[in-house]
Amino acid sequence: MERADDFAKRRQHLAGLSDQELKDKFWDLAKQVVTPIVEAAKTQTSPSIERSVLLRMGFSSIEAKGIVDNAISHGYLGKGAGHAVVKLAEMNKIPYREAGIKLAAGEGWDVLKGVWQ
Amino acid sequence: MKELKPNEKLSIESLFDGLENYHPKRSGWHWRDKKDSIKYGAFEYRECSTPLKNSVPLPAAKYFDSIDPQPDSVITTEIASGRFEDDIRRMRMAAWHGADHLMVIRTAGQSHFDGLIEGTPEGVGGVPITRKQLRATRRALDLIEEEVGRPINFHSYVSGVAGPEVAVLLAEEGVNGAHQDPQYNVLYRNINMHRSMTDAVVAKHIMAAVGMAQIDGAHNANATAREAWKVMPELMVQHAFNCEYSKQAGMPADKICLSTVPPTAPPAPCMRLDLPYAVALRQLFSDFRFRAQMNTKYMEAETREVTVTHSLNLLISRLTSADIQSTITPDEGRNVPWHYYNIQGTNTAKQAMVGMDGLRDMVKLDMDGELGKQVRELKERACLFMEEILEAGGYFNAVAQGFFVDSGMYPERNGDGIARDPNGGVGVNTTVDRDPDYMAPVCFQFGENHLPEGVKKPCDPIDGCTLCKPEKIQWVEELDPEDNVHKRLAEHAEERKQGLLRPEVQWEGDGIIAITVFFPTDVRTAEFAAIAMGEKMGLEDVEAINRQVIHPSEGSLIEIKGRVPFAIDPKQLVIPALVETLSADEIREYVKKHNLKVVAATVGEDEHSVGLREIIDIKHGGVEGFGIMCEYLGTSVPVEKLVDAAIELDADAIFASMIISHADIHRTNMRRIDQLCREKGIRDKILFFTGGTQVTDEIAKEEGADGGFGRGSKGVHVASALVKTHRERFGK
Repeated sequence: MERADDFAKRRQHLAGLSDQELKDKFWDLAKQVVTPIVEAAKTQTSPSIERSVLLRMGFSSIEAKGIVDNAISHGYLGKGAGHAVVKLAEMNKIPYREAGIKLAAGEGWDVLKGVWQ
Repeated sequence: MKELKPNEKLSIESLFDGLENYHPKRSGWHWRDKKDSIKYGAFEYRECSTPLKNSVPLPAAKYFDSIDPQPDSVITTEIASGRFEDDIRRMRMAAWHGADHLMVIRTAGQSHFDGLIEGTPEGVGGVPITRKQLRATRRALDLIEEEVGRPINFHSYVSGVAGPEVAVLLAEEGVNGAHQDPQYNVLYRNINMHRSMTDAVVAKHIMAAVGMAQIDGAHNANATAREAWKVMPELMVQHAFNCEYSKQAGMPADKICLSTVPPTAPPAPCMRLDLPYAVALRQLFSDFRFRAQMNTKYMEAETREVTVTHSLNLLISRLTSADIQSTITPDEGRNVPWHYYNIQGTNTAKQAMVGMDGLRDMVKLDMDGELGKQVRELKERACLFMEEILEAGGYFNAVAQGFFVDSGMYPERNGDGIARDPNGGVGVNTTVDRDPDYMAPVCFQFGENHLPEGVKKPCDPIDGCTLCKPEKIQWVEELDPEDNVHKRLAEHAEERKQGLLRPEVQWEGDGIIAITVFFPTDVRTAEFAAIAMGEKMGLEDVEAINRQVIHPSEGSLIEIKGRVPFAIDPKQLVIPALVETLSADEIREYVKKHNLKVVAATVGEDEHSVGLREIIDIKHGGVEGFGIMCEYLGTSVPVEKLVDAAIELDADAIFASMIISHADIHRTNMRRIDQLCREKGIRDKILFFTGGTQVTDEIAKEEGADGGFGRGSKGVHVASALVKTHRERFGK
């Protein structure tokens, strides 16, 4: 889109604001732009977010990739990859690291399917 | 590892000993310890911080008791040659010059890599950021910060498709600051906007958890837009977006830094364009911190021009504010930065900021005139921009419609902005809704998280996450047996062991040197003449790195680089012992007490006067400056006349200059003066020094003088020798 500079016309409603009022407006507008995106982000996850959870759980990047790739192919990313790990550990009564390594190798997903379907 | 010693090189190999169990000493960002009033030597500073324990001061510091005042702003230098092991040595050098924010650029392509890279492969235009690279570098910085006596902020990037993972990696490995701005991913890396925004909140929240400082990516619009000075209203919108986004992700305002660049450079009247923008930003974003970056958009290969532009950028910083003063190396327009240009960039910032210390106590910005009007206009234009984003249906739609990086001064639009499809780009369709029972059993996970009832800490179900228990971090060694740091270090291991030396600009043993040459011809001919010259000198891979017209036909300045194909063995060098000089105060005090006077002349049939005048003359730093009374007899003075004058004036010393050395006449004259003094019975009461281009201390002493001075000698050398010898012989 091309448009000539119509600043003088557009600014009319701002012209009467004090500097402080203009600053308040600036930040109010920023909030309006940003808030819906942050609110949506709170309810979403991604492969990288889930791998970041697994890293924090003490898995290596290689193990984390295996678990998340399998979670995606089984349709369980929305449960949380860390959730899958602790759930399998609980079901099989094994340490959670062991459960994660199984999931990375593509094992144990059937157990989770049994619980989550 | 042992603590560093200034006279010992840092052992890169030993950084890898037990690295798998190393954890950083501290985490979080460190601001300098600013003082409203601090003394360095004879001066009071109002915008400086505590001194370093070890540092290299500016060259002119020798006139000011060798003080090295440290400005209040954190100073950044960007170091990333592709081999982090060589960058570590440069980081140590930069820290000694006053850099405390060491930024590592990532290798090309890492921002599109959906995951972490492991091991230590070589990078292109930057370094692959990996756990091993970060841990070894942080370990070195932990030692270097002890050596210089100030915490060092280590910095990388949390952008790209793998943001959250990279944020965890950086948090675990003690990285103190990072770039994070989802808009950067969207606009410049074409990463899908849903993915980028979803990842960003999580990444920012993790960064906040460990006290990292964040730098946004808005300055990239300066570098991208066709007419950089016209994107100012948009830049303010981009800053606002990332600041607000970061706050809502849980980051405190004092860790959210705007990355801002004065948009223009001379020959534009840049101060008049850049200053209103800088002021408007600082007024609107008063809760946040400022990272003042230098202009790169208009950088050419001429380092002097770049340095002047950057000095003007520093004037903007001092007239407004800069919490972090970043620097661009002056050679960035010609190559990946070299070691010593990082030091030059750092020193440009330190020198200018210290020079302008307290300027605002005397100079005020006039907000009532043109400046205030322009500041107000920029703010209004930015508000209008955001209003139109909302009218368009929000940020995603605005990006899709090419609102951003348009070269028009908003609301003007030229239709050349970057438009991105909300349903396209790298990583499209990879985000999913969190299920109603979504759960992540770790600390600092942003967003909905349905933890089991009754847990006190999110990571209780797994008995601690890595941010609470670092010992749980998994270590990954090299994945590529050929492309790794150990193979690279082995390349020069033998030479290193033997202590051989090669010139270096970025990598160990790279052998690169630069030569500056003027040819009295046009620039094109001069360039090829310079390359031919370099090749004749035996250099390999010769290239021109700068070409400057001095006059279309009278002359051109060319800089070339090339590789030296040999090493130097320092054991084979004949290095004369360094003559130590006394301090100016010590010389003055002694001269005053003993009322020293000398007679001086160029002797024999010799009309040269310049050398001796430089040694004597107060204007040239000569011995007169120390209070020594000098009777200068002129040139072609017979040696008899010189000795007689010494007797007549009751001089303490004779200075005899001897430039002509045909048939060893200089040696003959030295012997004659010594003999005459003996014959006349004054040799035990008078000192005799000689100087000249062919004179050395050894020759002079062989021929009966008390000392000799060759090429490059200064008044302080002669005065020191006079005082030392006088004290030894007549002191008591």
